[in-house]
Amino acid sequence: MNIFKGWMKNIKDGLKSVFRGKTELGEEEIEEIEEILFQSDLGTQMVISIMDKVRDGVKKGEIKTYEDLEKLVKEDFLRILGEKKTLELKDGLNVILVIGVNGTGKTTFIAKLSKRLKKQGKKVLIAAADTFRAAGVKQMVVWAERLNIPVVAQQEGADPSSVVFDAISSAKARGIDVLIVDTAGRLHTKKNLMEELKKIKRVIMKNAPSAHLEVLLTLDATTGQNALIQAKNFHENLGVTGLVINKLDSTSRGGHIITIKNELNIPIIFIGTGETEDDLEEFNPEKFVEELFKS
Amino acid sequence: MFDSLSQKLQRIFDKLKRKAKLTEKDIDLVLKEIRVALLEADVNYKVVRVFISRVKEKALGKEVMESFTPAQQIIKIVRDELVYLLGETSKGIIIKEPYPFLILMVGLQGSGKTTTCGKLANFLKKEKGKRPLLVGLDVKRPAASRQLAIIAEKIGVSYVIDESGNATPVELLGKALKKAEKEGYDVVIGDTAGRLQIDEDMMSELEEMERKYKPREILLVIDAMIGQEAVNVAKTFNERLGITGFILTKMDGDARGGAALSIREITGKPIKLIGTGEKLEDLEFFYPDRIASRILGMGDVLTLIEKIEKTQDKKKQQQVANKLVKNQFNFEDFLDQLHELKRMGPIENLLSMVPGLSPGTNIPQVDEKELAKIEAIINSMTKEERRHPEIINASRRKRIARGSGTEISDVNRLIGQFKKMKKMMKRFKRMKNIKTGISNFLPF
Repeated sequence: MNIFKGWMKNIKDGLKSVFRGKTELGEEEIEEIEEILFQSDLGTQMVISIMDKVRDGVKKGEIKTYEDLEKLVKEDFLRILGEKKTLELKDGLNVILVIGVNGTGKTTFIAKLSKRLKKQGKKVLIAAADTFRAAGVKQMVVWAERLNIPVVAQQEGADPSSVVFDAISSAKARGIDVLIVDTAGRLHTKKNLMEELKKIKRVIMKNAPSAHLEVLLTLDATTGQNALIQAKNFHENLGVTGLVINKLDSTSRGGHIITIKNELNIPIIFIGTGETEDDLEEFNPEKFVEELFKS
Repeated sequence: MFDSLSQKLQRIFDKLKRKAKLTEKDIDLVLKEIRVALLEADVNYKVVRVFISRVKEKALGKEVMESFTPAQQIIKIVRDELVYLLGETSKGIIIKEPYPFLILMVGLQGSGKTTTCGKLANFLKKEKGKRPLLVGLDVKRPAASRQLAIIAEKIGVSYVIDESGNATPVELLGKALKKAEKEGYDVVIGDTAGRLQIDEDMMSELEEMERKYKPREILLVIDAMIGQEAVNVAKTFNERLGITGFILTKMDGDARGGAALSIREITGKPIKLIGTGEKLEDLEFFYPDRIASRILGMGDVLTLIEKIEKTQDKKKQQQVANKLVKNQFNFEDFLDQLHELKRMGPIENLLSMVPGLSPGTNIPQVDEKELAKIEAIINSMTKEERRHPEIINASRRKRIARGSGTEISDVNRLIGQFKKMKKMMKRFKRMKNIKTGISNFLPF
C-alpha cells in the first residue's frame, strides 16, 4: 500500500510538502499539517491548540510559506518548553528518587547518572530498591560494580523502604553527596504500588529530613498519549521534580514532552540517547526543537 | 481529562435522532469525533485517514436499521470495521512437529520480552502440556539472563544461559537447539536483547539467527502504550525478519492500545497474545472486538462478562439477575457479589472494562481496604436490615457504625452508593444496544 510510502518523513519535509508551491492553504492542507503534528506524538489538546493558531494565521494571511509555519510552531514549542533546567544539587546529602513505568529505563539511567556525578567529583551511593522484578537488584548491582560505585542492596522480595532506610544510614555514615534510589517499574494505575512509592518517599523525608530530594520520572520516548497520563498520575502521587526521557535515539519524536511540560509544568532534565553509560545528555529545549525540525 | 468518546458522541446522537437516512454531513460530524478518538488512542495518523474514508464510504446513504439511531448505526459500522481490521481471535501459539519448535521473541528495550518469554513458557507447559526450554540470548543488559533464569525456575522450566560470558547470542541459540534435540524439549523460546529497529548491527544479529535456525515463530513484543513510532518498529522488524505475529504487553495499564490497529494494518500480521499483568499467568488471547471497544474508549464489556462467567456460579448468577431485573437487589446480594468480586482479582482491572469507565478517562481508584470496610459494615447489619435497606434509620446507622468500627459517615456513604447503584441498574436495563445480557452479569 503506498500510503506508507515515505514513512520516515520528518516534520520539516512533511510540512514543506504541504505547501507544494501554494501560498494559500485550504482545509485539506490544514488537515495534513495536523496529521504531521500528530505523528510526533503531541497530545490531542496540544495539536488542537496549535491548529487553532495555524487556522488563525492562515485566515489573517500571516502564514503563506513553510517558513511562516515553522516559525509559528517553533515559537510555540519553545515558549512551552521554557528555559533549560539542570539537575539541582545542594551541599550535604542529596537524594534522587527514580520512578517510572516498567521498561522506561530507570536502572540504565541511574547507571548513566551515577557515572556522570562521580566524574564531577561527587560521592555517589545507589540504593537497589527494585526488589520486585526478577534480578532487578542484580541488574543494578552489576552496573554499580562496573562503574565502581557503592550500592546498598538486600535480597529479592525485601521491602524496598527498608533498602532505602539502610541506604540513608549508610549514606550518612559515609558522607555521601548523592544517594540515587532505583525503584521497581510500575504502572501508574496500580494504586497499591503507588502507595509503596509514597512510603519510600516518606522514609526518605523522615530519615533524611535535611537532605535535598529530587523525584525524577523516567518516560519512554516511544510512548504515545499515555505518557501524559503517566506523568500526571506519578506527579499527583509523588510530586515529580523532573523528567528523564529515554530512548530518544529511536526515530520517535517524543512530542509528548511538550504536552507534558505544557500541562504539568515539570521540567525535562535529562534525555537518554543510547545503551552505554555515556549516553546521557542534559535536555536543551532549543536543541530539541531544532532536532524536531531537522531534515 | 478528555470527554470520553461516548459522551461526545451522545451529544451528536441527540442531534441526529429520528433521522431515517444519513446525510454526508451527519456522517462527517460523527467521523470527526471518531477520528480524534482514534488519534488519541495512538492509532497511526495515516491508518486513521484510510480508516475514516473507508467507514464513510460504507456509511454513506445506508438505510438506518430499525433498531438503531443513525449515530448508533455509524458506530456499528466503525466498530465492525475496526474488528475486521484487527483480525481474527487468536488461538495463541500452535506448536507443531518437527520438534524442537523454535520461537524467537524480539522487540524494543523495555517492551517486556523476558517476562513474556516466561509467561509463554508457562502457558505452553500448563495449558498445552509441552516441554519448553528457555534460552537467554540477551548478553547485553546486565543480569538479563539472571532474570530469565529466575523466572524459569519459578515456573519449573529448564533454561540455557551463557555462564562463561563470551558466547555470542547466535552460538548460544545453536547450543540450546542441540540440547533440545538431545533431551527431547519440544519448544525452544529465545529471549533476545532489546534493540531499536534502526540499530544496524543488532538487527543483522537477528537476521543471522533467522537465516541459520529458521524460527517457526518470530514474535514482536510491543508495549501497548507505544505511540506513533509503532509503525516504524513493526514495519522494520517485519521487513527484516518476517515476523509471524505480535504480542501486546502492559495491557493492564490504561493505554487505549491504538497501536494494535496500526501494526496490524501495516504488516498484516496477527496479534497473537496480550500481556495483562506482572504475574506469570497474566497472558491472554487476543480478541479483536474487545480491543476495538477499548480503542474507541467504550469499555471492554465482553472480557468483563467472561471473567464473571468464569468465576461465578451460574445458578447464583441467575438469582442475582432476577433480583436485579425486579429491582429487589439488597445488601445480602451485595455481600455475596463482593465475595465473588474478590475471587476475580484486582478490582481496578475489572472496573477498567466497564463501559463509560474506559481506560485513560475516568477509572475510579478502588481501594481494597475500602472494600474490607464495606464488608464490615454489611456484616454489622441485621438480616432484616440487609434485606430491607430502607428501614435503616439514624439510630440503626449509629449502631452499625459502632459495630463495624467505622464512622457514621462511612455507613451513610455506603447506603447512598447502594441507592445510586440501584438507580444505575434501572438505567442499564433501559439502555439499548449494549451487548446482550450485560445487566444479567454485572456484579454491582
